[in-house]
Amino acid sequence: MADAPHQLPPYARSLGVVLTGQYEGEMPVLTVDFGPMVEGRPQHFHGGATAGLLENAGYAALRTALIAAGRDPKLKPINITVQYLAAGKSQASFAVGRITRLGRRNANITVEAWQTDRARPIATAVMNILMV
Amino acid sequence: MNTPTPRFDAREASKWFFRHGHTGWLGLRFTDQGENWVELELPWREDLIGDASQHVLASGPIISLMDMASGMAIWQTRGTFQPVATLDLRVDYQRPARERASVKGRVECYRITRSAAFVRGIAYDDDPSDPVAHVAGCFMTIGADPREENPALNGAPGNG
Repeated sequence: MADAPHQLPPYARSLGVVLTGQYEGEMPVLTVDFGPMVEGRPQHFHGGATAGLLENAGYAALRTALIAAGRDPKLKPINITVQYLAAGKSQASFAVGRITRLGRRNANITVEAWQTDRARPIATAVMNILMV
Repeated sequence: MNTPTPRFDAREASKWFFRHGHTGWLGLRFTDQGENWVELELPWREDLIGDASQHVLASGPIISLMDMASGMAIWQTRGTFQPVATLDLRVDYQRPARERASVKGRVECYRITRSAAFVRGIAYDDDPSDPVAHVAGCFMTIGADPREENPALNGAPGNG
């Protein structure tokens, strides 16, 4: 189960997003199983559910980087751009974030989501988050 | 209209769109529509908050709301239901939603071609002139491509 630094928000928990316990670099890999709660078109992920997974992985990466830096700011989303690359099929999806830049006030994060093949992302996101 | 199929109507479509799947789980509701726009509502729910210390909706469900309103605005504009895939969706957050407030998403389809559709819209809780977020998106219509692997099949708003 998640330790305190990687506690996921209520929205993530109710959507069924969990930590896999695996890491890429130091960043936690998150996953969500396929099920009615994430289904859009029959047997496929809804784009909004995929975005929810990406966003949570982005925040988890940022919190990880901030803890490593000994910082504990309040986070405010500025924007997110999601690119959909391939259909999310009826199986688990995974996502991990990467900090492109950690500034004093702003963090720029890139997130990738995939299913069976890590090398073939189904969606990516770029997020800007304000830290106050 | 003398076409055999009735014109797409977002209000009617909502009755079955939001019965199950992701949008049903979120509890999306139809609120209003126009020639080229649709407005939906995401009701407040305690378990959709993004930060345990604040009673404010997470941004994830707002993306779902805007994605769904985008798809429906496209069908409303086109007049027919033809599956679309989200290529790109951008959300600019203007301010947090108010505590325990439901959020409405109003999206217009401002340009449509045979294969692409462009949308823009706002999410707001109270006053449309003081939005929670602005969104812009680009969608592709899904043709009769029989391939399972068709990348354009991704992310079609919840027609499940």
